[in-house]
Formats: sequence, C-alpha cells, structure tokens
Amino acid sequence: MSENKDLSLSLKDIQNMLDNYGVEELKDIKIEGDLEIEVEPLSGGVSITPEMLQSMVVANEAKQAVYHISNLFKMFGLSLSFQDISTIPTPVQAPVTEEVLKPRFKPLENLIAKKFNVSKDEWRLKVEEITLGATKTDGGTRGNVIKIGGEQAMPFYCWDGNIPNRPVVALDVFDMPISLAKAVKVHYEDVVHDPGDWARKAVKDYKADMVTIHLISTDPLIKDTPAKEAAKAVEEVLQAVDVPIVIGGSGNPDKDPEVLEKAAEVAEGERCLIASANLDMDWERIGNAAKKYGHNILSWTQLDMNNQRELNRKLLKVVEMPRDRIVIDPTTAALGYGLDYAYTNMERIRLAALGGDDELSFPMSSGTTNAWGAREAWMINSPMPEDSDWGPREFRGPLWEIYTGLPLAIAGVDLFMMMHPLSVRVLKETTQTLLGMIEGEKVDISNWIKEV
Amino acid sequence: MKVQSPLEVYNYLPGTNCKECGEETCMAFASKLIDRSKTLDMCKEILDEAYKEEYEKLEDMLSPEIKEIIIGVGDKAVKVGGEDVLYRHQLTFYNQPPFAYDVTDVMSEKEITERVNFVNNYKKFYVGNFLRLDMIAIRSVSDDPEKFKECVKKVKDLTELPIILMSFNPDVLDAGLEIIKDRRPLVYAANEDNWQKVAELIDKYKVPVVLFSPDLDKLSSLAKTFVEMGMDELVLDPGTYPSGKQLMGTFERFIKLRRSAIKDGNKDVAFPLIGIPAISSLISKDKDEFEQAVSESILTILEILKYGDLLVFHNIAPYAILPAIHLRFNIYTDPRSPVQVDAGLFKMGNPDENSPLFLTTNFALTYFTVKSDLESNNIDSYLLVVNTDGIGVEASVAGGQLNTGKIKDAIETTKAKEVIKHNTLVLPGLAARLSGATEDETGMKVLVGPTDSGRIAKWMEDHWESDK
Repeated sequence: MSENKDLSLSLKDIQNMLDNYGVEELKDIKIEGDLEIEVEPLSGGVSITPEMLQSMVVANEAKQAVYHISNLFKMFGLSLSFQDISTIPTPVQAPVTEEVLKPRFKPLENLIAKKFNVSKDEWRLKVEEITLGATKTDGGTRGNVIKIGGEQAMPFYCWDGNIPNRPVVALDVFDMPISLAKAVKVHYEDVVHDPGDWARKAVKDYKADMVTIHLISTDPLIKDTPAKEAAKAVEEVLQAVDVPIVIGGSGNPDKDPEVLEKAAEVAEGERCLIASANLDMDWERIGNAAKKYGHNILSWTQLDMNNQRELNRKLLKVVEMPRDRIVIDPTTAALGYGLDYAYTNMERIRLAALGGDDELSFPMSSGTTNAWGAREAWMINSPMPEDSDWGPREFRGPLWEIYTGLPLAIAGVDLFMMMHPLSVRVLKETTQTLLGMIEGEKVDISNWIKEV
Repeated sequence: MKVQSPLEVYNYLPGTNCKECGEETCMAFASKLIDRSKTLDMCKEILDEAYKEEYEKLEDMLSPEIKEIIIGVGDKAVKVGGEDVLYRHQLTFYNQPPFAYDVTDVMSEKEITERVNFVNNYKKFYVGNFLRLDMIAIRSVSDDPEKFKECVKKVKDLTELPIILMSFNPDVLDAGLEIIKDRRPLVYAANEDNWQKVAELIDKYKVPVVLFSPDLDKLSSLAKTFVEMGMDELVLDPGTYPSGKQLMGTFERFIKLRRSAIKDGNKDVAFPLIGIPAISSLISKDKDEFEQAVSESILTILEILKYGDLLVFHNIAPYAILPAIHLRFNIYTDPRSPVQVDAGLFKMGNPDENSPLFLTTNFALTYFTVKSDLESNNIDSYLLVVNTDGIGVEASVAGGQLNTGKIKDAIETTKAKEVIKHNTLVLPGLAARLSGATEDETGMKVLVGPTDSGRIAKWMEDHWESDK
C-alpha cells in the first residue's frame, strides 16, 4: 500500500482534525495508541476496525467518535466502512446537534482544582466555668482544684472556639457495700467496707480526678442511717484523699435534704459538689446548704430541658446561688436504655446554652455508672436463645460504660461519674486526644488496605 | 432538602385529594413529604406520564442534602447517606450506617468462610427486632488480580450481603468487578494517583465508588472531577486515623465536611462519608485482642455520632459488636416519635394464678426496662401493658394518657382477671394517685409498687405476701 501512504491517518492526525474543526465535545477524550487508520481511495471508503476505535476512545464513546469521524470524512469526500459493522452502531445521517455530541462520560486529563471551604459556628454565650475543690489558700484542704466548663464551642470543636478545660472523671464510692456488676466488683472487693480505702484506691490506682461519696445507706428503704452518722463517711473520704469531691445522697426525696445539709456542713469550705437538688424534693433546703457552706450544687432533672431551665431558675432566683457554682445533670440513660434521649437532651442543652440561653449555660455532669444497669453490661450471657454470643462480660461491661460515656462527652458532658477503671482510662484518653493534648503515634494510612 | 414549606410542595401535587396515599388531603401529604414520613411514589397520580414534569421537579426539591446511594441488590441492599441535618433533634438521622466486616485475599478459605458466615448469621434481639450486620469488605493484601478474583468468587458464593471491593490498584479492582458486577458492589477507592483508571472502571461497571483523600481540598477536587465526568454515586473517605493529633484531625474533617455540605450548601462534598475503624489495627497489632477492640471501638463511637454513613471493621469480637450495634440503633432512632410496643398482657418468666399482676405503659423504654427488671430478678409475673401512645408512666399520668378508664379497658380486653386468683393489681409508684379510682373502677385490690422498677424485688419481699 505504499502508494496510499499519504492517505494514512495516525490517531494524532484525527485528534488534530477534531481540534481543527472545533469539535469541542470530544476534546477531552484521550486518544491512545499508535495505530494508523488506513484510507483506501480505491474502494472509495475507509477501512477501520472496531478494535481501533476501542483503542482510541474509552468504552461508550465509540459511537460518537465514529459519528464524528464519519462526518469529517464526508467533508473530505470520503466514506467510512467497518470490518464488522454489527459490533458498533452505524452512524446515522441526522444533523449534528448539541444533544448528540454531548458525551456522558468525559475522562479528564487533570483533576479540577478545588478549595474546600467551611463556615465557623458563631456563638453568643460561653458555658460557665466552675471550680471544684478548695486548697488551703481558699480555705479548704484539697491538694488541687479542678475547673470544668468554660466552653465557647460545641464539645471538641476546637476550631470554632476556645475549650479551656478537659472533661474530668469522678469515681463512685459508696458508704456501704453494694451489689456491683462482677466486672466492676473485682476491682473494689478489698475496699468496699471502707469508704476511705475505696476513695484512696480510686485516686491512687485508677487515677480518678475526683471521687463521689454516695451516702446511699441513708435511704429509709436501705439502712436509714441518720444524717449525722452518714456525714462521717464524708469526713473519712476528705481525709483519705486530697482531690475535690462530690457528695451524693441516696436519691430518696424525703431524706436527701437533711442528709445533704449535714454533709455540706461537715465539708464546709471544701467547695464540693452537692449532688443533688431535684424538683421533686426540697431543692431550696439543699441549695441553701450548698450556698451557706461554700459548695457547688448539682441541679438534676430527668431528661427534660424545660424542667432543667425551671430548676436552674429556682436555684438562681430563689436560692440566689452564684452562676459559677451550678453544675447540671440532665440525666444519663444507658446505651440501649434511652441513651438517645440523654444524648439529644444534652446536645440540645449545650446548643441552647451557646446560642444564648443563660438558664442552661452550665457545665454538665453524667451518672455514667448507669451503664451498668443494662443487662448487656453485666449478664453472663444473653437470656435470649436466638441471640448470637455476647462475648465475655468482663470485656463487654467496660465497653458498655465507654459506649455510654463517650457519646455523652460528644454531647457536652464535663464531669463523668464512673466505675470501671478501664472505662475511666479510655474516656480520659479519648477526650484528651480530641482536645489535642495527646500527640500520639503518627501513621501513614495511604496503604492501609494492605497493612491492616 | 431544599424546601421547608408544605405549600411549595403542594403546588406541584395533583391537588385532587384522592386519599390514595393514606392522607386526607394533598396538603397533608405535602407536609409528610417534608418531614420524610412519606415518599413521593405513594402518590399514584403523580406517577402518571401527564405529571412527569411535576414529578421531576418534586423529586429534585425533596432530595436529601446528602446524596443517598444504594449498594448491593435485592433485600440485602443498603442505603447510604441521605441525611438532611447536623443534629438529630432537627429532624432525624435516616439511614443507619451499614457495618462492613473485612476479609482479605490472603486469608485461608477456612478463615474467610468463618468470618463471612459470622457476619451473615449475627443477630441480637432489641426493642422487638433483631439487630444485624450488613456488608463484607474484601481487601486485597496480595495486590494480585488473580488472587483477588478468587477471593471475590468465594465471598460471592458465601453471602448475599453487599460487598465493598478494596484496593488502590485498578487492575485488582477490575478483576474483582468482573466477578461481582451484577451485585452492585462499592469500589474502594479512587485517590489522586489512580483516579483516571478507576473512573474508567466505574463507567464500565456502573457502580458507586469511594474517593479517598485526607486533604479536603484534594477530596473536593476528586469529587468535583468525578461529577464533571458524569459520575455522582460517590462516597467520600477523608481518612480515619487511629490516635493522637491525627485522630483529632479525623474528627474535625468529618464534621467540617458534613457542615459544609448541609449548612453551607457545598454540593462538592454533599456525599455520604465512609469511616474505617479497622484502621485502628495499624497501631494496635502488637496489643492484646481486647486492647485492639477498644481502639476500634473509640473510632466506631466517634464515627457513628459524627457523620460516618458507612463503617468498615476488622474486629469481629462479639463483645465489641454488641455495644456498636446498639449505639447505631439509638442514634438513628427517629426522635420525633416515641418508640412504642404493643399493648396487652405478657408473661414474665413462668407465672401462675398466684403470681403478681404489674401494670406499665407501652413506651418501649419503660416496657423493656420493667421487663428486664422482672426477668433478671426472676419474678414470675404478669405484665399488663396499657397503650399510652408510647408515653412513659409519669408523663402519661400527668397528660391523661394513662387513666382509670384506660386501665379498666385494658383489664377487660386482656381478661387479666382470669389469669390470677388474688384479684390484685400493682400500679407503678409514679401512678400512685390513680390507685383509689382504679379500685373503684375495676373492683380489684390495688397496690402501689415502687417508683423505679429496679426496686420491685425489694418491694416484693416487703409487700407482696403481706399486702395482697
């Protein structure tokens, strides 16, 4: 075919033709290979194989490419023929329209450069900053004070605003042995008879930031321990450890005001957190005791934002509690047992607070220990025969507590009351990580598929 | 979605009030479309050819802010993305992120079979249903197309679950796609090096694809480029890192991407996000199994809460899966409607005619808590569940959904009196004020139980034998 050589078209030539004739729509199609298309004037047509077209253009675009080439060849007075016409649809004679020319798939040579932009959350109010504990200079005996709250952004959204304090963990101590989940019990068996020893272990071995002494023996349905006697447990704990403490009642609405009042009195000046005032009980008496003896008050309501506002308003207006001495507990429900309500309630409270609602702009506390009430946390195995294996409870239990606590940290909790040493460690580590306090191991994930 | 007012939607509906959708009026239907409790295809008339334009307009108006993508085929197919809000109380989160568990092309056949079967068969009873696992992710560790192909074949035969094909090597992906193209797998992933070749595959097989880059500018570029090339079934991977400042960055990127898409209307990134808790294994390999599970759990929690629309796991320890599936369920529960259970009379354990009869409401949480308290304390008893529209005891007493009339009706319709011979009903402590009127109305002796069902065991000791 030497005599026809001048009529051979390389793919590059076709690309140039397409460009020259302003066929914009095909501009980005990548034409590859070094095949030549032979023009055979003798037959009055062009021989072109489907394979050639496949190599010229990717997948679906053959039809359009053929169409264009066909049109172009017509301009040169040539016609186009195929070795196997059935594999590629024959170009039609219809006029070239925008619609037909527009390919669906346009492979591009280069990435389209884009800059990612995102707005910042703008907030009106910051959460109150509360000081827990008092050192010698402030009239107490604590070794250190702890500050919580003060956020100016949603939890861990450090790029939006200042988050000055990390969440802290208070470990639970009870004034009598109580029934504990097996996975928790093994860590406290040796100390459950002595609140002082219990507190010491919590701080020394399990790195609790604070401890909570729960005076549950005062419940008339349990031991009905008199307030005065119960207050001794508070003194024991204050002597055993020098971290700030939380003082809790039994939850009995009739007895708690008396118990907490006495406890507040014996702990005067230590700036404890008195837990708690509730709408169902004499909140005024508890609030007054906390105020009189220099403590903070925990304002506890049950999963209801409006009740939380109401109780806070009462503590502010009636008791005249200073704003920087209120912590709120909007109630923690365990994973699987209402965590969604607790999570959303807290998230809404924090959003409202930052948005300017000064009746809700207080640090939040969570009774994360409630996680252990979930049967999935403590039962040996599922009571449902259809269930897949639940796995050993000594692993499942602490994970259940982590899965209850960490989501609430993301919802805005500043103070966690917890039980299992591992859960405490993980919660502290993770929240500190999210605040950028832990450098961590740097890894390259660009090849993770092969390396995991 | 783009519209807020039912009126805007109503303008495009037929307006015939035909009631076929189950609503009285087209306006009522419009408001259901807005809150996404009904879908457009429930309107039979608008599916007619004559309304084609309106249908298309509405479909566009009502589409969610984050694109919804379907992976897999048939009953097991999963919906990914489709979200409209940043905080669940603003509407609800819609599509629970599917959980995918990995196998690799260097695992033994035995191991692959065990893992896939485990995922296939896993179930956990919760609030009246079984929670299950959703997908298999096949990772190419060998980087060998033939090996990958064999592995994909094996998995394909073992499961109907949707599949993710994972490799950054387009030849490997191609080999896998050839085997499983009819099952609509998700391809993982295009990155800044391989994107052109992966794009060719995506066009060839018409399947959704993940775009990977921890650099959000580059991720935006990839997304914009794929959309420009005519491919919009995209999932974005902004990179999951296992610990420290890198993990902090991961949390930040997920939130920024979702905020930009929903709050700022940035269409370039309005796609579902994939989280890879499995990456925790990169740093925890030397640690014991439990520590590995803990690392993966931390990433799981963060990515369920903050905008992961699809998660890939490595760890299949049952104790780690259990809390994860509950958290996902809880967070994706619609906060607008209280979760209810059926009203009726239920046996707790193995009660007989001398067993106590307790009463509670049909708020799912209350019901399951009481049930669990009775069962775990081995209190054989009957539990009468009254329909209070899914409201708990305290609130329904205050709001009137629980009243003596309702209690009397429930006793009569369930024939509760016939299963016991002591004629005694135990009311929840929080419903104490209904006790007198209930005695009058039902002719039963009414005892007031504890305010917290956690104390029923103690209450039984103190009151049941002596007071009944």
